[in-house]
Amino acid sequence: MVNWIWLLLIVISIVFAAATGKVEAVTEAAFDGAKTGVTVSFGLISILVFWLGMMRIGEDAGLLAKLARLLGPLVRFLFPDVPRNHPAMGYIMTNMSANILGLGNAATPMGIKAMQELQKLNPDKDTATPAMCTLLALNTSSITLIPTTLIAIRMNFGSAHPAEIVGTTLIATAIATVAAILADRWFRRRVPPHQLAINNTSASNRSGAAGGSKEVNSGV
Amino acid sequence: MYEFVSMLSIWAIPMMIVFIPLYAAFHKVPVYESFVDGAKGGFDTAIQIIPHLVGMMVAISMFRASGAMELMVQAIRPLFDILGIPSEVLPLGALRPLTGAGSLAYTTELIKTYGPDSMIGRIASTIQGSTDTTLYVLTVYFGAIGIRKTRYALKVGLFSDLVGFAAAIAICLLIFA
Repeated sequence: MVNWIWLLLIVISIVFAAATGKVEAVTEAAFDGAKTGVTVSFGLISILVFWLGMMRIGEDAGLLAKLARLLGPLVRFLFPDVPRNHPAMGYIMTNMSANILGLGNAATPMGIKAMQELQKLNPDKDTATPAMCTLLALNTSSITLIPTTLIAIRMNFGSAHPAEIVGTTLIATAIATVAAILADRWFRRRVPPHQLAINNTSASNRSGAAGGSKEVNSGV
Repeated sequence: MYEFVSMLSIWAIPMMIVFIPLYAAFHKVPVYESFVDGAKGGFDTAIQIIPHLVGMMVAISMFRASGAMELMVQAIRPLFDILGIPSEVLPLGALRPLTGAGSLAYTTELIKTYGPDSMIGRIASTIQGSTDTTLYVLTVYFGAIGIRKTRYALKVGLFSDLVGFAAAIAICLLIFA
């Protein structure tokens, strides 16, 4: 999927440039884009070094575990079919806490651990269980307290108030998460498990096509 | 509403910066050593982004310079004008669920062109920060355990992306008006 988007953008650009006589401008834009990519990445160093340092303090102080405990009731409500003492619960709570704190590097391994534990409860190893879908929904909308990358980019381009988007982002992400939870609940009730094998071949094909794409997780 | 959101924006970071080390010191953590230890990873993370961001920035800069982006934006402009939404942000809505580096590159391009403190810059930042890349998360999480039938997971992810996109625009128009 990502391969196709990338290729399409480049091919369309060249064809379009040839048609409108902007070939030189497009060539220049290619190199200019590469330069911006490097400049922005370097601009991220300061914020990422600082923020990952702060987050390690939080981790060492047990904030992750503390937050995970606070999320307990919510997680039990969201995952009614996972036994309370199952190890999956712990991983789910840690995954959610890491997402909230913006610890992308910790969130993904914990999420995968949670998936592996949920897979043990799965009678049909090929097909996602409702609990897996819920965990995925939470991760795609991922509540984040501080969008560090965006703050760094805004700083790079001379924003007067780089952090002014913290509030708007927090509200938007909360709304997206609530929407994900509601949609997940709705599908969970609507689709009985035995019909799924027929209904969802198309969805699995689409995700299969994306397999192997190594993308930077935007959580960084 | 505006007061509350700007208070949140101003105080969120300083509160965390003071709360985390204080809480840690209270729990007998050597705060400075912890900080340095964790901070080491920041450099590698930033460097690892370079190939992704360069690749995507090249494609998107070319797409803009060729005039193809403008044509795409013009096509949907009438509809967005009625709602008072800058149509430049629409391609971001399409890119966001599909590619994290691509949407980050487009956000960067918008911020570079229109300025970080323009309405377009603010909306783009909010959209980029508020959801994760659905396709990436789906591939990694289900790929790791060999799930092939993903049921309704993709639909839920895309629906929440759409809601997040609309919410980000609405909130920015409301707050930064």
